[in-house]
Amino acid sequence: MRIPALRQGTHWRAFFIEQLIRLTGVSAIAFVLLILLFLIKEGAPALVEVPLSNLMGQRWYPTFGIYGLLPLILGSLLVTVGAIAVSMPLGVATAVFIGEIAPEWVRDILKPSIEVIAGIPSVVIGFIGIQLVSPLVRQLSGAPTGLTALTGVLLLAYMALPTIISIAEDALDAVPQSYRNAAYALSATKWQTIWRVVLPAARPGIVTAVMLGVGRAIGETMTVMMVTGNAARMPLGLDAFLRPVRTMTATIAAEMGEVARGSTHYQVLFLVGLVLFVLTFVINLAAAVAIFRRERGGGGRFLA
Amino acid sequence: MVNLALAWAEAYHELHPEISISVTGGGSGTGMAALINGSTDIANASRQMKDEELREAEHAGITPVEHVVALDAIAVVINPRNPIGELTIPQISDMYTGRIENWRDVGGEDRPIILASRESNSGTYMYFLENVVRRGDPENDDLFSPESLLLPSSEVIGLEVAHNPNAIGYDGLGYVTPAQKTVRVAVSKDGPFVAPSIDTVNDGTYPIARPLYIYTKGEPQGAIKDYLDWITSEDGQRIVAELGFVPLPGS
Repeated sequence: MRIPALRQGTHWRAFFIEQLIRLTGVSAIAFVLLILLFLIKEGAPALVEVPLSNLMGQRWYPTFGIYGLLPLILGSLLVTVGAIAVSMPLGVATAVFIGEIAPEWVRDILKPSIEVIAGIPSVVIGFIGIQLVSPLVRQLSGAPTGLTALTGVLLLAYMALPTIISIAEDALDAVPQSYRNAAYALSATKWQTIWRVVLPAARPGIVTAVMLGVGRAIGETMTVMMVTGNAARMPLGLDAFLRPVRTMTATIAAEMGEVARGSTHYQVLFLVGLVLFVLTFVINLAAAVAIFRRERGGGGRFLA
Repeated sequence: MVNLALAWAEAYHELHPEISISVTGGGSGTGMAALINGSTDIANASRQMKDEELREAEHAGITPVEHVVALDAIAVVINPRNPIGELTIPQISDMYTGRIENWRDVGGEDRPIILASRESNSGTYMYFLENVVRRGDPENDDLFSPESLLLPSSEVIGLEVAHNPNAIGYDGLGYVTPAQKTVRVAVSKDGPFVAPSIDTVNDGTYPIARPLYIYTKGEPQGAIKDYLDWITSEDGQRIVAELGFVPLPGS
């Protein structure tokens, strides 16, 4: 009699835990949907109240009813693309060094120090940016001011690095040792093993690492607000990186505190949030699709 | 005027430890919004309440009462290495609207002009826009050049001006540090060019000066009334002077 009773108890516990896990999983999705609904509820009226030609404009003077979103969207994209262009090669290379090349004791020092970087508050990084990076950018580049998109790019790249390194390193770590052994047995060099075997095998994890880095960069607010100058100009032309730029996040942070609840400006700021949300979603979706495609058709590279 | 509000709150708390005052910054608009939605008792502001805000206050059942608590002058600041010493309001206006883009055109070196401004939620921004950029003309609808840096705090404006020889900025006289150089300002090129100081604001010769306000919900009562009385007293006004703002006349 005891054994079925115990089974019964285990069954209930398992059932309970299973439901709990399901609930947390479902609630994560529910929260994202609720955030989206909230953004739509607060932001969508702007689409009715502000003519589309105004929203598609190139000038952002919210205090005077001029709500051109283009400079803000392009500003966020410019800074994010720049930050990823800097941090992706550096981050993946560092992960390869830590995971594949560095001796044990170097790795034991590097891994925790990189995690410390992730913990530096963004306002501190912004302060370092104003005091050190921005004067340096101005002096070295000859730009008229150091509060530029490039300054933001450098600091955001620095902030995205720990995320990219940690997750890419985990992905490399998960590649079975037998893959490397097989490569060496085929007389591949260390570099050939890393480039042709380990990195392709870890690709989905590395793409995830870069995507989380993108998320960090596009969503960062405080640092960007402090160092990019926040001028709502159209960041076009070759010198765009050496000129100031205003991002969507900095705009929301700088203006949300001031606006009257329910006013047009308030609704437009939520619309900016909605654009930011959709943009992040599309980027993540594109990455997921890319991983999916590669996984289905990528096996050939190992055999080649 | 957040540093002034903080200094008042700290000094008053030392005198009356049983009263605690918490101060939050973010610009005049932030304070007014907080007063209207009920999250604060006192809103400091460097501009008067807008009609829109008054309507909202009425809607929320609040009657804001205005008190002038100090005077302020907006200083136009440049890098100490910049040889320019004086500018007229039309010149400053031409710079901030982007009509003039090089210091050469106002008699300076051949350098690009970098415009530093407060964010648009700042009372200083609106005051400077209306009285300097638009030259006090209500018909004028000029705007800040889209190239203007909109900086989140006086400290950041101060740092940019102190670091960058191309920069021009504006801010309350109380925020100017020795690392920035103040410009003598005149209404027109015939002068007189006046440097901002406590004396020139009080005698009305400095052209870019304004009152600072505190708004309360209805007529102040009890502890809030005591606090306001203390602010306009000699002790409160001494702090105004210590921070580089301008005390009320007669105190």
